[in-house]
Amino acid sequence: MPENNDKHHIVPYKVYLYVLGGLIALTLLSIAITQIELGKFTVAGALLFAVVKTYLVLTYFMHLKYDKLYIKLMVVFVFAVFIVTIIITFLDYLYR
Amino acid sequence: MEHKIHTVQDHYDPEASKVGMWLFIFTELLLFGGLFIIYSIYRFMNPDAFHLAAGELNSTVGAINTILLLVSSMTIAMSTTALQKDRKGTAIILNEITVMIGIVFLINKYFEWGVKFDHGIWPGSSHLVETMSQGEILFFGLYFIMTGLHALHIIIGLILIVVTIRRIQNGTVHKDRAVLLENAGLYWHLVDVVWIFLFPLFYLIT
Repeated sequence: MPENNDKHHIVPYKVYLYVLGGLIALTLLSIAITQIELGKFTVAGALLFAVVKTYLVLTYFMHLKYDKLYIKLMVVFVFAVFIVTIIITFLDYLYR
Repeated sequence: MEHKIHTVQDHYDPEASKVGMWLFIFTELLLFGGLFIIYSIYRFMNPDAFHLAAGELNSTVGAINTILLLVSSMTIAMSTTALQKDRKGTAIILNEITVMIGIVFLINKYFEWGVKFDHGIWPGSSHLVETMSQGEILFFGLYFIMTGLHALHIIIGLILIVVTIRRIQNGTVHKDRAVLLENAGLYWHLVDVVWIFLFPLFYLIT
């Protein structure tokens, strides 16, 4: 198995601990921001925090940072397809 | 010729296993993704009813469950590190912590749903159909389907982690053959990612 050497990247425990700290901080921030009256920006604000949290989970917990490029591209592609689907669905509902 | 037939075929291919797991995760993302699109369209069409109905949910329980899942994601990620360092015992304990947190999440969910049932709110309940508007019925329908489907994924993830613990104990999953643990971790993180979106959409945005 020639790919063994780059597959065995060992992530230190403390990296995971820092990421968890970041994720919990973002959760608390997203709770705080929805308490404030921001009108229609509340939804956008809460979702922005969710997107950043997802990025952290995908990059560190799901090891994408240490994975080969083609796996990263596959994940980006699937999320792009999903976003395009949302946009098309909303265009349909807004302009029908 | 003879000895070739008797060779034990070892098809262990961690990269292919990982890609297979990712492909499966993509189908899961699109499954939940479809439900998220349904949610956003109905929210867009019934903003007031969704606002009213979301007030019924307990955001404290939602926040506690969010933090529980984040911690459990960290422990299972750490267990991969432990196994790679050949610390079998630590890896098993970290997985067991993950399982326990998952069970606590489900217990919280049980009580949360129980409160809704006590208030007469469940899909198709007479209280829901007779006293609530179309938008509120849609909100609670989506709430039960999406958190229910998510809880089902928690249960599947827990079974997968328990199987992994057994495999680590009996030595079929180890330092140089860790892909089952990595894939169980990927699945558990997927469940976490879904919850990261469920929490603000149902509990925070009111």
